[in-house]
Amino acid sequence: MRRFHYFLKDRLAAVSLAIISITVIAGIFAPWIAPNDPEEVHMELRFASASWEYLLGNDHLGRCVLSRLIYGIRPSVLWVLAALVASVGIGAIIGFIAGYFRGRIDAFLMRICDVMLSFPGYVMTLAIIGILGVGLENILLAFVLMKWAWFARIIRTSVMAYAESEYVKFSKVLGMGSLRIMRKHILPVSLPDIAVTSSSAYSSMVLQLSGFSFLGLGIQAPHAEWGMMLNEAREVMFSRPEMMLAPGITTILFVTAVNFFTDSLQVALDPKLGISGKKRQGRPDSVAGRIQRNEVA
Amino acid sequence: MGRYIFKRGLISVPLLLVVSFLTFILNSLSPMDPAEVVLHAQGVPRITDELLEETRLALGLDRPLLVRYWNWFLSCLRLDFGDSYVTGKPVWSLLGPAFLNTLKLTIVSVVAIIILSIALGVLCALREGKLLDKSIRGISFFLTAMPSYLLASLLVLYFSVKLDLLPTNGMDTIGSYILPVTVITISYAGIYFRVVRSSMLSNLNEDYVLYGRACGLPERKITRRILRNSLQVAVSVFCMAIPIILGSTVVVENIFAWPGLGTLSVNSILSRDFPIIQAYVLVLAASFVIVNTFSDMINAWVNPKLREDG
Amino acid sequence: MNLLEVRNLRVWDGRGGSVLVSDSSFQLKKGSCLAIIGESGSGKSLTCRAIMGLNRRGLLQSGKIRFKGVDLNELDEREMRSRRGKQLYMILQNGMRAFDPSSVIGVHLRETLARHYHWNKSETTEKLRQAMQSVRLQDPIGILNKYPHQLSGGMLQRVMIALALLLEPDVILADEPTTALDTVSKFEVVEQFIQLRERTGCSMIFVSHELGVVKKLADEVMVMRAGSVIESGTAAAIFSNARHEYTRYLTSSQRKLNDRFQELMGGAGIADR
Repeated sequence: MRRFHYFLKDRLAAVSLAIISITVIAGIFAPWIAPNDPEEVHMELRFASASWEYLLGNDHLGRCVLSRLIYGIRPSVLWVLAALVASVGIGAIIGFIAGYFRGRIDAFLMRICDVMLSFPGYVMTLAIIGILGVGLENILLAFVLMKWAWFARIIRTSVMAYAESEYVKFSKVLGMGSLRIMRKHILPVSLPDIAVTSSSAYSSMVLQLSGFSFLGLGIQAPHAEWGMMLNEAREVMFSRPEMMLAPGITTILFVTAVNFFTDSLQVALDPKLGISGKKRQGRPDSVAGRIQRNEVA
Repeated sequence: MGRYIFKRGLISVPLLLVVSFLTFILNSLSPMDPAEVVLHAQGVPRITDELLEETRLALGLDRPLLVRYWNWFLSCLRLDFGDSYVTGKPVWSLLGPAFLNTLKLTIVSVVAIIILSIALGVLCALREGKLLDKSIRGISFFLTAMPSYLLASLLVLYFSVKLDLLPTNGMDTIGSYILPVTVITISYAGIYFRVVRSSMLSNLNEDYVLYGRACGLPERKITRRILRNSLQVAVSVFCMAIPIILGSTVVVENIFAWPGLGTLSVNSILSRDFPIIQAYVLVLAASFVIVNTFSDMINAWVNPKLREDG
Repeated sequence: MNLLEVRNLRVWDGRGGSVLVSDSSFQLKKGSCLAIIGESGSGKSLTCRAIMGLNRRGLLQSGKIRFKGVDLNELDEREMRSRRGKQLYMILQNGMRAFDPSSVIGVHLRETLARHYHWNKSETTEKLRQAMQSVRLQDPIGILNKYPHQLSGGMLQRVMIALALLLEPDVILADEPTTALDTVSKFEVVEQFIQLRERTGCSMIFVSHELGVVKKLADEVMVMRAGSVIESGTAAAIFSNARHEYTRYLTSSQRKLNDRFQELMGGAGIADR
């Protein structure tokens, strides 16, 4: 808890957290916050610039840009968050079981993870979309399917490190049930590692979804989504480049906030990393030793 | 060392088999009937059940799964991935050239990424905490938060339209490499240089630097040792960048109309051309496994400690 | 005759200002061994590194460090570097981390000797072999071709001592060289330090928190606590008749444990002279 206090003191972290929270809340309460209907077409207002009724102007179909942005938070930010939580959840369960019980269960689960990790994530996501068809649900499903193995590996390493500690051994000697040990002792200490990893994975997922929508493989018209808005803006890029501003800046701002948040989280949870600190040594296991494969859209 | 290479290579074989099997099964997961896809593509106006049955037989879809898998696998080794459902042409005739084009783009980008990452990483580590370090890190945060297509679009807008300097379509001249390579390089170097930087920073504080200096060694010898140790981590990262970028060029190829794997894969997805999707996944997954094995071997060669663990 | 004189040494953190070593003064006589004892965090290692000028970049220092007529604090990096190795040498606590993990230790040894002497390759090899044999390392040539992680802590300490034998520095700063070793290696390495002093006649600053080891080696003892020098004097005086309460606490608690240990073990251990 003390660490969290340091974290808030870091102004950059506080600002990032604020941006993220505001965005999430705005997305949840979109119907109440958005000034207009995001799908309402007003052909007479095509490409209109900012006005009192339409604060950020209108797009190529005369729809309110601001409302589309706000509604767009839902798929771009909230649904990705849900996919992240699902992926981390599955990965955490597998990782805990493997890291805690070791032995054959561990070997078996890790073989499965190895196979899953042998597929380049981006390619597999494309493949899954190819097989199941386009659409937001399928992309999110692909995300969950591809990322859980990676989280499982990282969490397992973290759990293995803590499961060896003295107080866990002591608890076992006292006869504490495995589930309770995991919940009370290991979960709290491995939470920071999980948090940092999830946070950095989140920004790449947001960017990837954006890219897929841009290609037309994601959410379909007329729903609003940041990547799709950029795609639509790209059509008229040469005549009206300003259409790219709103969704572009929003995306950049949000992802930057998440990145700074991740960085600050990492620094706060391992204070030695701040300046000239020693980073945790690379693990001898070659798979876990790879850095996060940030597949940028 | 030789034993490690052998063992590592051996493990990758069953892995490849499993990977190929899963790729093959991938198709069966589709809710769409392949026969239907073929007939649609051929433009047949009325699709009857007999027609579907005939097409299925022609495609050999009646035989058991494992048999089909094995036949498919063997023919894949001969680079015969079957025929496209949509065009009827052999898959490799479409995949091969596309693969080559993307490969060219990837190799050039990876070279640029390595150079830029090392340069920036070392520079920032040596000037750690100072203005240069902070500004480079700040800018990189910003640039990597940008979706690559946005970056690409902005570059296209500026360089091609306003200044009319660089080509933006296709891969005709050397010049057409510049913009796509720049986009890819910025996206990845922005992340990788941080790995180099943190590796260098932790090495700068190591005892061997202290002892080396205490023995009176000249600074350049110390710097050489630091670099050698710092770049170890980076080596495997850079190796893996190749297959990763190979599979992730989709967006960049789309914007710059580069006739590569990305364009091919997206088109196949949209037209439900399964054989191509299948071959695409197999080729990329295989290259992923192979390069991964290779990178582990290089890692062991560079870092003597890993050799013992096998 | 004072070989090294430190006056009002102060080490503080440039980013934050916290003082880590405050106003330390001490002397090192030629040919004698000064032990700096104290608990972890008392500033012992920082003092050594300050003398060598090798504290990490954020740390600043002030005061006078007179060595052979020159104030080391006033020298620039190049002049300091010319003194390191041949006149001022350091032995670190963790042998495995002291050597470059990516090359065999022969590389470091040869590069260091090449820097200070003009021997050719075979001369260097022969001298290394002799030095390593005199610190009782078996198979010196084999060791030269091994990586640091392939050797034990005790062996690596002895390699560093062998290098000292060849460099013949005026002052050796040993920063907790035996702390990371098991009892047997500790004993052997302490023997080697005694022989090192006899053979080269060098002066030594020996940092340790293990009083048994200190008793065997030190002529003078200096006690540090939380960055300041609490007390200093001859070894005999400090161990039997310390003036400061903290010193007495340090020495007596160790002695009680050691005496009890000896009782149980039924014999003399390293703690007694």
